[in-house]
Amino acid sequence: MPTEWIMGLAGGLIIGCAGAVYLLGVGRIMGASGIIGGLVDGSGRDTAGDRLFFLAGVIGAPLLLWLALGSRPETQASDAPLVLIAAGLLVGIGTRLANGCTSGHGVCGISRLSPRGIVATLIYIGAGVLAMTLLRNIWGVI
Amino acid sequence: MLRSLLSLLSGSLFGVGLLLSGMTDTTKVQGWLDLFGAWDPTLAFVMGGALIPMAIAWRLTRNRHPLAGGTFPAPPTAELDRRLIIGSVLFGFGWALAGLCPGPALASLSFGGWQGVTFVAAMLLGMLVAPKLRLVLDQTAAKS
Repeated sequence: MPTEWIMGLAGGLIIGCAGAVYLLGVGRIMGASGIIGGLVDGSGRDTAGDRLFFLAGVIGAPLLLWLALGSRPETQASDAPLVLIAAGLLVGIGTRLANGCTSGHGVCGISRLSPRGIVATLIYIGAGVLAMTLLRNIWGVI
Repeated sequence: MLRSLLSLLSGSLFGVGLLLSGMTDTTKVQGWLDLFGAWDPTLAFVMGGALIPMAIAWRLTRNRHPLAGGTFPAPPTAELDRRLIIGSVLFGFGWALAGLCPGPALASLSFGGWQGVTFVAAMLLGMLVAPKLRLVLDQTAAKS
């Protein structure tokens, strides 16, 4: 099995533990778009503390890991500002309209067989495959 | 205090898991969506791994309360509205375009350069305007 798959599985188990701690600890669903979106639009004011501490961990822990390991991880993101802005807007609007993203609908929803989570995941993967096929394999623009 | 510590622990595990799994590398995510090109199945291993502890956690919620007090989320509903469908389509398009979703975008913020900051800034703007679009969608739904 390629190392990348093993790392994927190991990292996935840690992500699942993160969701388990959030659920069993503070009683909430660990959805990245919901946690940050609730701070942005003010709908999560009552639980702002939980959200801020969670975000501090999400942003801070990889930073500490990078500093400890000494090699800067690669994101290999696009260098085209318009692509990044369009993608960011679509992800921000889409996840908040749908009330969830890969962590909330995907990890937390599928694991309790939530119909909304399963349908959302099938749709965003389907839309992503469609977009990737058109943009990369047919039009060759990304 | 306990709530804050548990939130910080959860967020830290989430960030470390995303980095180790390779999901902060946009080429792996775009590779997962490139089903008819150079397909990369890594994301399936990440999702598969994440579902195991999470499924156990949902089972443990039965007849219990969260450690820091309060109640667990209500059982899932099967209500499939147009917001869920339209939003997921838009999210899928954006996900493919940059290879980033909200979790990995935040986890890679410290090392993602101007590209990551630009994406996150646009994402926050999208999240800010989303409630207004939600209202428009609901109003047009009520009319039809």
